[in-house]
Amino acid sequence: MQKRLSIVLVDPDEHRAAPIVEGLRELGDHDIHVITEARDLPARIAAHRADIVLIDLANPSRDVLEELALASGPLDRPVAMFVTHSDEELTRAAIEAGVSAYVVDGLRADRVKPVLDAAIARFRMFQRMRTELLATRAALEERKVIDRAKAILMRARGIEEEAAYALLRKTAMDQGKRIGDIAQQIVMAAGLLI
Amino acid sequence: MTLDRIRLGYVPLTDAAPVLIAREMGFAAEEGLDLDLSRIGAWAQSRDLLGAGMIDAAHMLVPLPVAQAVGLGPDLPAMDLVMVLSQGGQAVAISQTIAGRMRVDGHPFDFADARAAGAALRRVVRGPLRVGVPFRFSTQAELMFHWLEGCGFAVPEIRVVTVPPPMMADAIAAGDVDAFCVGEPWCSFAVERGVATLLLPGRAIWAAPPEKGLVLRRDFTEARPDLTGRLMRAIWRAGRWLDEPENRGTAADILSRPEYLNLPPELAERGLRGRLMISAAGEVREDPDFIAFHRNGATFPWKSLAALFAARMIRDHGLPAAPAMQAAMDCFRTDLHREHLRPAGAALPDADIRTEGALPASRPVTAERGQVILRADAFFDGRIFDPPSST
Repeated sequence: MQKRLSIVLVDPDEHRAAPIVEGLRELGDHDIHVITEARDLPARIAAHRADIVLIDLANPSRDVLEELALASGPLDRPVAMFVTHSDEELTRAAIEAGVSAYVVDGLRADRVKPVLDAAIARFRMFQRMRTELLATRAALEERKVIDRAKAILMRARGIEEEAAYALLRKTAMDQGKRIGDIAQQIVMAAGLLI
Repeated sequence: MTLDRIRLGYVPLTDAAPVLIAREMGFAAEEGLDLDLSRIGAWAQSRDLLGAGMIDAAHMLVPLPVAQAVGLGPDLPAMDLVMVLSQGGQAVAISQTIAGRMRVDGHPFDFADARAAGAALRRVVRGPLRVGVPFRFSTQAELMFHWLEGCGFAVPEIRVVTVPPPMMADAIAAGDVDAFCVGEPWCSFAVERGVATLLLPGRAIWAAPPEKGLVLRRDFTEARPDLTGRLMRAIWRAGRWLDEPENRGTAADILSRPEYLNLPPELAERGLRGRLMISAAGEVREDPDFIAFHRNGATFPWKSLAALFAARMIRDHGLPAAPAMQAAMDCFRTDLHREHLRPAGAALPDADIRTEGALPASRPVTAERGQVILRADAFFDGRIFDPPSST
């Protein structure tokens, strides 16, 4: 039987960490730890005797892990930046998904790959969710602006809501712009005029 | 006119000014470039994104491509530094506890005399000194090792640790470090929070410390020489604009915007104008040359600078000296610097290598045409670094 791996995930965002941990659990019986606190990172990682550390590519604490990767004291567990062990394609996939991995020196590539594959899949999923969330938020924002523009038109021209919307739509079509952009201009102009 | 898009990564610091200004003041557009800027959170991320080709160019710590070249980073495609983006811009800060002891000891906090400041520090600090730097391979780390060793700290007493710049103030407030050396605006940020006192500018330790550079992948510079040249010229002209003192206020306003540094303009302005508040009590110290982007040959990527940073890496990591030194010097591209900036009218020295630390004052040297005045580059302790003579 293979030795259990100690996998440490560094992520200040618990909402993201949870699904990633779940993905890693599906790999089998490993010890998975999440560190959300940035302070004293090397000591926290050392306490878990980590074989693999996973962290968001953009997390500023990565620069601290880089130092750990260079440590060579007799009591340190030498850590390698994952990319030195791997095939180029996997490295690229990891960087694109926004995850980086630090692996204890000597750990075999066939043990690392499934862990990284699972992490990449979950990071990608999170990236998609975040993009969707941003799009939803933008759409909500836009709807609010359109409502305000409609109200301004209704008051200024004494027209009904439906006519106000039709006017917005027609203006947008005539000018080859989006309704949201026209609404934004109306709201801004009204802000200046009133 | 359609613009050619070029993706550039920068870390939000005052010294990212040349790349931000190249975009905002239209220098990039003049060269037909749409400079697509991405804000980056970690130096390792910058290196990895560049290595994977997800950005085309990066605002990067000068020693970072050197570390890659000598084999101290992950296995990524070769990267070259084609120009220096800034000199100086860093400061050394100490905890309030140590500052208090130094005041009792009579230190004047002149923000200028590195020898006196080091001796005063040595008198009040017994045992190890924990110093935060933004990255293991950084000008800040080089400055700290050099200064502390030169002030009588034994090597094992100097504990240099990596702390991401936005967390520097927290680290010194929590007592995780006793001192730090970091680029602006993070020094002023810590002063503003009342958790640190500024002791020295980086320039007091080394008069012209190269801080950030423009780094591209070697295969990009070979496959896209035209694009490389246009990018370099746009940024070089932005640096020239930045070194006009009357433009520094505008620059501070632009840099501080939410999409860039996202801090009050007043903080960015301190470093850019060289008027630093060194303590929460409001003591101001002036250093007009605190940060430089262009003048006096500031952008030239001397191969001897690569050699200087490589020398410590070779020593600390037991690397084979000759090949490491060669690889380090090869990644500072004086040839591309000449080829692409000559058309813009840059004054170019006629040598690629020099003795580092040899100029106690600014001095004219032979250039490709006529002369170029080089900035003083002396170390506080008179150290001279002679690089290997052949490349």
